[in-house]
Amino acid sequence: MSEAPDSNDGVAETPGERSEATERPQWLSDLLLIGGIVAATYAAFGVIGLLTGVGLNETVGFMRQVTFFAAVYALVVLALNLHWGYTGLFNIGVAGFMAVGVYTMAFLTASPDGSPAGLGLPIPIGVVGGMIAAGLVGLIAALPALRVRADYFAIVTLGLSEIIRLSLLSGSLRSVEIGDTEYGTGGGSGISYTPVDSVVPWLLERPVIGFAGDQLYAIGRMVGIQSSIIDGGLYTGVLILFVITFYLLLTRIAYSPFGRVLKAIREDELAARSLGKNTDRVKITVFVVGCALMGLAGILWMGSQSRVNPDSFMPIVTFYIFVALIVGGSGSNTGSIVGAFAFAAFLWQGPRFIRAIVRANVDVRPPQTIYDAVVALGSGDPLPFVGYVIGTLDELRFVLVGVVLILLMIWKPDGLLGHRKELAAATDITRRPTATDGGEPDE
Amino acid sequence: MSTGNGRDRLSNLTAQEAVGGILLLGIGILALDLIRLILLNELPFGRLLSYTWNGIVDSLYIGLAAIGLSMTYSILRFANFSHGDLITTGAFSGWTVAYLIGGIGVADLSSRLLLRADGGAQPGAVGMDVLSAPLTIVLGLIVAALVTILVALLIDRLVYRRLRDAGGIPLLIASVGVALALRYLIAFVYTTDTRIVVASPPQPELAELVAIVGLELPAFLAERTINLHEATLVISALALIVGVHLLLQYTKLGKSMRAMSDNKDLALITGIPTERVIFATWVIGSGLAGVAGYLIVLDRGQITINLGWFLLLLIFAAVILGGIGSIYGALAGSLVIGLTINLSLVWIPSDLNEIAAFTLMIIVLIFRPDGLFSGVETA
Amino acid sequence: MSDTTATADANVDSTERATEKSDRSADETPDRRSVDEPILRVENLEKRFGGITAVDGASFQVERGSITGLIGPNGAGKSTTFNCITGVHTPNDGVVVFEGTDITGREPHQVANQGLVRTFQIARELPEMTVLENMMLAPKDQQGESLWRSVLPIVRRDVVEQEREIRDRAWEMLEFFEIDHLAGEYAGNLSGGQRKLLEMARALLTDPEMLLLDEPMAGVNPSLEKKLLSHIHELQDRGYTFLLVEHDMDVIMNHCEHVIVMHQGAVLAEGTPEEITANEDVIEAYLGGDV
Repeated sequence: MSEAPDSNDGVAETPGERSEATERPQWLSDLLLIGGIVAATYAAFGVIGLLTGVGLNETVGFMRQVTFFAAVYALVVLALNLHWGYTGLFNIGVAGFMAVGVYTMAFLTASPDGSPAGLGLPIPIGVVGGMIAAGLVGLIAALPALRVRADYFAIVTLGLSEIIRLSLLSGSLRSVEIGDTEYGTGGGSGISYTPVDSVVPWLLERPVIGFAGDQLYAIGRMVGIQSSIIDGGLYTGVLILFVITFYLLLTRIAYSPFGRVLKAIREDELAARSLGKNTDRVKITVFVVGCALMGLAGILWMGSQSRVNPDSFMPIVTFYIFVALIVGGSGSNTGSIVGAFAFAAFLWQGPRFIRAIVRANVDVRPPQTIYDAVVALGSGDPLPFVGYVIGTLDELRFVLVGVVLILLMIWKPDGLLGHRKELAAATDITRRPTATDGGEPDE
Repeated sequence: MSTGNGRDRLSNLTAQEAVGGILLLGIGILALDLIRLILLNELPFGRLLSYTWNGIVDSLYIGLAAIGLSMTYSILRFANFSHGDLITTGAFSGWTVAYLIGGIGVADLSSRLLLRADGGAQPGAVGMDVLSAPLTIVLGLIVAALVTILVALLIDRLVYRRLRDAGGIPLLIASVGVALALRYLIAFVYTTDTRIVVASPPQPELAELVAIVGLELPAFLAERTINLHEATLVISALALIVGVHLLLQYTKLGKSMRAMSDNKDLALITGIPTERVIFATWVIGSGLAGVAGYLIVLDRGQITINLGWFLLLLIFAAVILGGIGSIYGALAGSLVIGLTINLSLVWIPSDLNEIAAFTLMIIVLIFRPDGLFSGVETA
Repeated sequence: MSDTTATADANVDSTERATEKSDRSADETPDRRSVDEPILRVENLEKRFGGITAVDGASFQVERGSITGLIGPNGAGKSTTFNCITGVHTPNDGVVVFEGTDITGREPHQVANQGLVRTFQIARELPEMTVLENMMLAPKDQQGESLWRSVLPIVRRDVVEQEREIRDRAWEMLEFFEIDHLAGEYAGNLSGGQRKLLEMARALLTDPEMLLLDEPMAGVNPSLEKKLLSHIHELQDRGYTFLLVEHDMDVIMNHCEHVIVMHQGAVLAEGTPEEITANEDVIEAYLGGDV
C-alpha cells in the first residue's frame, strides 16, 4: 500500500469538481472506458494485421484469443481483487484454488468408464461442486492463516498451492481403487472429462440462439473465417457474460458497508476492530467467497479443454494474475478488467502478434543458438538474429512481464486505475444531504 | 499492512507452545518408529545412513542459499522471490567459465559459451569432473560467486534501491518481476533445455582415500565409495559457512549487519552506515547463492533455468523454520528441511517429500512465526 | 465558518440515545457521582512482555458521566493499560469490568460493541479512504455488513435506506467537529490535528457509552484544542463518560474531575486535580522520572 502523499494541510476538494464527477454515473463512464479501450485495441490490431499482411482469418483468430484470455484473466483478477485489492489479503496461491475447482469439476463430471474414472454427473453440478470445493479449501486455509503477517500469509498461500499441485502430480494419488473402479488424479497426465465449452453446441440447439448462431456461421463463411474460430468466439461470449456477472457482484460488494469493512481491514485492521468490526469473520467470509470465485474462474478457463493436468497450475500462473491486477490497479473492479485486457492483449498475445507480422513479411529461419545469430549479426546479416528473437519470443515475453512488473512497482504502484476514489457506500455520498452551507476551510 | 497488530494474545502464546509440543512429540514418535524399523530390520541401517547423508548434502546447499535469503529478509525487509534465480545465475555463469577454460582446444566456442545449448561439447570430453580439471572447477566456483554478486548489485541499483522505503509487499512484487526477467533472460541466451554439463563423478572407495594418509578403516566403512563431487560440495559449503560465521562474529561489518537485522531503526540511530551494510548483504548473500547454484549442478550433473526457482520455496521453508533474520537459525532450518525431505522417504513415497517440508513450513509460519527455535538466543 | 449552534442541533439525533441511556442509569443511581456503580472498574491489572512488567497491579474506577484523566510519566504503563482494557492486549492478570460486565480478555471489537470505544495515541485513520468513508464505517449494527444483505437485490433496499441514514449522521458529526469541508478528502491527506478530530468523531458515531481518548490533544493546535475541549464538555453533558490519557497538565487540571496517576505500572495516586497537585508522591514521581 503506498500511502497518499502528504500534501499541505486542509486541502479541500472544491465542490465543483465533485459535482462534475457525478454528472455521468460511474458505471456508465466505466463501461465506456472499458469499451473504448477494447475497441481501440481491436481497431489497431485489425488495421495493423491487415496492412502487414497477416490475413483476416489469423487476425480474427488472434482477436478471439485476446478476448478469451482477457475474459478468463478478468474472472480470476476480479476474484483476486476482492482478496488483495479490497481486503489486503496477499494471496499468492491463486493457482492452487483454481486447481481445486477444476479437478473437483473434472472428478464429478468425468465418465465413470474413464481412466481415472469420475462420477459422470452433469456439468452444472460439477461447476457448483468445484466452486464449493475451492471455497472449502479456502476456509480450511483461512481459519488459521488469516492471523499471520501479510508477507507470511503470502508464503503460506504459495506453499498451499504447491502442496495442492504436488499432491495432484503425485503417483500415490494417481489412481485409487474403490470397488472395481479406478478413481484418482491421474498424476501427471491428469483427468479427461467433458469440457465446459460443450455448453456452446447445447446453446446452439436452443431456438433463438441457434438461429443467431447460424447467421454468424454464414457470415463467417462469406468473409472466410473458419467455423472453429466462431465456435471459440461463442464460448468467449459465454465467458464475457460471466465477467459481467462477476463484475456486478463484486461491484455490489465494493459499494456496500461490507465493502467498507473490507477496505478498512486493508487500511488498518486494528482501527476497524476498535470500531467494533469483527474483522476475523469478515476476512474468512471474503476469503472463502474469493476462493470459490477463483475455482469457478479456473473451471471456465482450464475446464474448456477436455483434459486437465497439474502443469496448468504452476505458481507462475498466480503471478500473471497479479501482474494483470497490478497493471489495472488493485482496489478497482474496473481496473481489474482493464488490467486483464491489457495483459492479454499487450503482454500475452501482443508478442505473438508481432511474430505473426514478422513471419508474414520476412522469411526467417531461426538459427539454433544465439551464438550463430550474433555471429551473423556481426557479419552484417540481421535476419538470423531477428529469427532467433522471434523464435524465443515465448521466453522474451516473460522478460517483458517481469520488466513491466518492476516498472509498475517503481513508477506506478497504483496501476492504471488504482488511485481513483471508488467510495465504499451503498448510496451516493459525494453530495451533502442537507442544504447547509459548504463549510470552507477555516484554519 | 496491519494484519497481526496487537496479536500478542495469551491464547496465541499457548497455541504456539502447544504446536511446538505437538511437533516435538511427532518427531519423537517418528524417531521411535525409526528405531523400531531398524531393530526389526525392516529398514536396513545402510539405507538410513544414506538418507541421512543425502539430507546433510541437501541441507548444505539449501543452507548456503538460505543465509542470503535470511539476510535480505531481515536487513532489506522483504521476501526476495528473485533469490532462486540468483542461484541459477551462479550456476550458468560459473559453468560457462568452466567450459570456456576447460574446453579450450577440445570443443568449439559456441558449445562452450552456451553450455551445450547446441548439444556439442560432451562433459566427459571437456573433462568436467573434479579430478580431471580441479583448477577449472574452482575457477568456475569463484566466477559463479563474482558474477552473481555483480548481477545482484546491479539489480539492487536498478530496482530495489528505488524502493527502499516502499514497504515489504511492493518489494516482494518487484522481486517477482526481477525473478521472471532474470530467469528468462538466461533462457533467451541458453535456451530452456535441461542438459547434462558435468561428467559422472569419480567415486573412489573410502579406503583408497584414507590409504593416502596412511590410515586404515573399519570394515563396514572401508568398502563404501565416496562421490567426490558430493564431497566437494560438502567441503566448500562447510568452509563458506565457517567463513560467514567468522565474518559475522569477529568483524565490525559483521556486527553492524547483526545489529541491523535485529533492529534497523535503532541501527540507523546509532550511526551504522546503512547502504554499506546493504551492499555487504548483497555481496555475501548473492555470492553464497551463486556458489550454491554452481555446487548443485556439480552434484546433480544437470543444469536448467528452473534450478533456483524450484528450490526457492524449500529455501524459504528453511529460513522460516529457523526464524527469519537469524543466520544460524537459517542453517539449522536448512538441516531440518534437508533431513525432512530425505528421512521422510522412510515413510512416504518420494513424490510427497516436498509436501512434507511445505506442510512443516506452513505449520511453523502459522503457529510459531518466530521459527522453531524461537526463545533460543541466536545471533 | 460553520456555526456551532446549528451543528450541535443537527447532532441531537445521534446523541439522544446516549442521553436516554444516562437517564436510565440516573434512575438507578440518582447521584451521578456516586461511587456505587462505576462505569469502568479495573482491578489488579497486570501485563508482562517477556521479562518486562508494563502494568503491575493497576486498580482504578471511572465514574459514570465523568471526565477522568489518566496521567503519569513516560513508561508508566498508561497506553498498555488502555490496550488491556480495550482488548488489544490480553492482561496476564486482573479484571476489567465495564457496565457490570466482565470484559477481561475480550476481543477489541467485542469491547467496542459493548459501548467502550477508544482512540489511539497516533491517530489510526484509514488513509486511503475518504473522511466520509472513515465516518460511515463506524456505526454499529449495519445491516449491509453482512455479505448477502449487501448483494441480494431485494434486501439491499433496506441496506441502501440505512446507508442514507448513516450518511446523514456522518455529515452531522463532521459538521459538529467542523471538518465537514474535508469529507471527500482521503484521510491520509489530513493534518495531525484533523486526524485526531476525525478519529474522535468516528468513535462517537459508534454510539458509545464511554470513550477512551489516548492523548487527544497531541498535535492539535491551541484554537482547535479549545474547541475539542468544549465538545468534550458538551458530550459529557449529554451523558458520555471520558477517560483520557494526556500529557498536557493544563488540560488535566482544568477539565478533569478526577485524576488517576500511574507510575511504574501501578496507580500511585487518585483524586481531584487539587489533591493531585498537592500530592508529594506525584511530584516525586514526576521529578524522579524523565519529565
